[in-house]
Amino acid sequence: MRRCLFAGAVYAVLTMGVSAGEVSPTEVKYEDGAIAQSLTGTSGDPAAGREIVGDKSLGNCVACHAVTDLADVPFHGEIGPMLDGAGDRWTEAELRGIIANAKIMFEDSMMPSFYKTEGFIRPGNAYTGEAADDSFGPLLTAQQIEDVVAYLVTLKE
Amino acid sequence: MTFTRKALCGVAALAMSTGAGFAEPVDDTLVLNEEQTLVTRTTAPAHLEGVLSEIISGWHFRGTETRAMQTDDFDNPGMIFVEQAEEVWNTADGTEGKSCASCHEGSETMAGVRPVYPKWNEAAGEVRTLEMQINDCRENQMGAEPWKYTGGDMVNMTALISSVSRGMPVNVAIDGPAQSTWEKGKELYYTRTGQLELSCSNCHEDNYGNMIRADHLSQGQINGFPVYRLKNTRLNSAHDRFKGCIRDTRAETYAPGSDAFVALELYVASRGNGLSVEGPSVRN
Repeated sequence: MRRCLFAGAVYAVLTMGVSAGEVSPTEVKYEDGAIAQSLTGTSGDPAAGREIVGDKSLGNCVACHAVTDLADVPFHGEIGPMLDGAGDRWTEAELRGIIANAKIMFEDSMMPSFYKTEGFIRPGNAYTGEAADDSFGPLLTAQQIEDVVAYLVTLKE
Repeated sequence: MTFTRKALCGVAALAMSTGAGFAEPVDDTLVLNEEQTLVTRTTAPAHLEGVLSEIISGWHFRGTETRAMQTDDFDNPGMIFVEQAEEVWNTADGTEGKSCASCHEGSETMAGVRPVYPKWNEAAGEVRTLEMQINDCRENQMGAEPWKYTGGDMVNMTALISSVSRGMPVNVAIDGPAQSTWEKGKELYYTRTGQLELSCSNCHEDNYGNMIRADHLSQGQINGFPVYRLKNTRLNSAHDRFKGCIRDTRAETYAPGSDAFVALELYVASRGNGLSVEGPSVRN
């Protein structure tokens, strides 16, 4: 699990080249829960985003959301709304904000905040049950958030 | 935003109605050994007013074969461990040369104990779990070493003690001297822990009946503990399960036997007041 996340992070850094223009989790500016600007300064890759949405060790979005486009991935959850048509219902900026921290738009949302590093109660070191250490970072990298956004905008009814 | 949010809810409702058709708790009756009908669904206790109207055993959220295993003691793998504990019950241990039976006679005399634990202990001035009481007996009556809180000997013994109360309603006291511990447990139940910021209530109060990935979320009732899990083929104590759940929120967990988990056990047990004791039950 940790290795997969790490590999994902390395991949993200390699494909971005530099992370100089990246917005860190603590610097993100939300407007009504939306984030207008790309967190990396560039567009994401929808194919990589599709992988992240379905992969248990990455975004694992399908744990809670069903997506017809990902019918090849087994066991979609039914906790959150279906993602079909997400690209029609939300703007890119809204999708970015919801993925980064859904609780800003929907105060009591059960959805985890994927680009947040502060304000947790008893944060752990991944799924070890141990306390978080210096390696603690957001659930997804800036690049991964952008990839997921790029994928979700393609989900039209 | 109002429009989009409404649209979102509409889609969610649609997904639930057209999604996995097996997600509702199964309508079935738990009859033990073809003679004893257990209460697995009943009216929620008064303290849950406005939160839940009905309380439902985890048994209803499991598959046909798993449910069937629990209906017959010969098919319930948890009963093997009950038999092992029965032997231990009758075996002397410690400096006093006593077994459990030396003071308590047969294990069937424990009927009625499981339903009321965790329970306030006046002499100790604390709420005690069954595990704590067992170790108190071992140390202070038998002169024996205490067992590890979630170790095999301990969980087997709690299974034996639960088994003789099967069919009796869970009935833990939440008022009087136990109230402050209960309040602490309630607070923990609703605290969103870890990097995933999930509370017990997010899954087991707001979403029971729904699928989270391949798992069918139950109400998280603990009337069936200890639980024989097909996943790890052994008995699991409630605190072990709490630990696993909190770990899965990407949090630093609490330790089994800690004050936090004792309080949480009392609170969660109280949410099942009225359900039959089922331990050892069979689950995924």
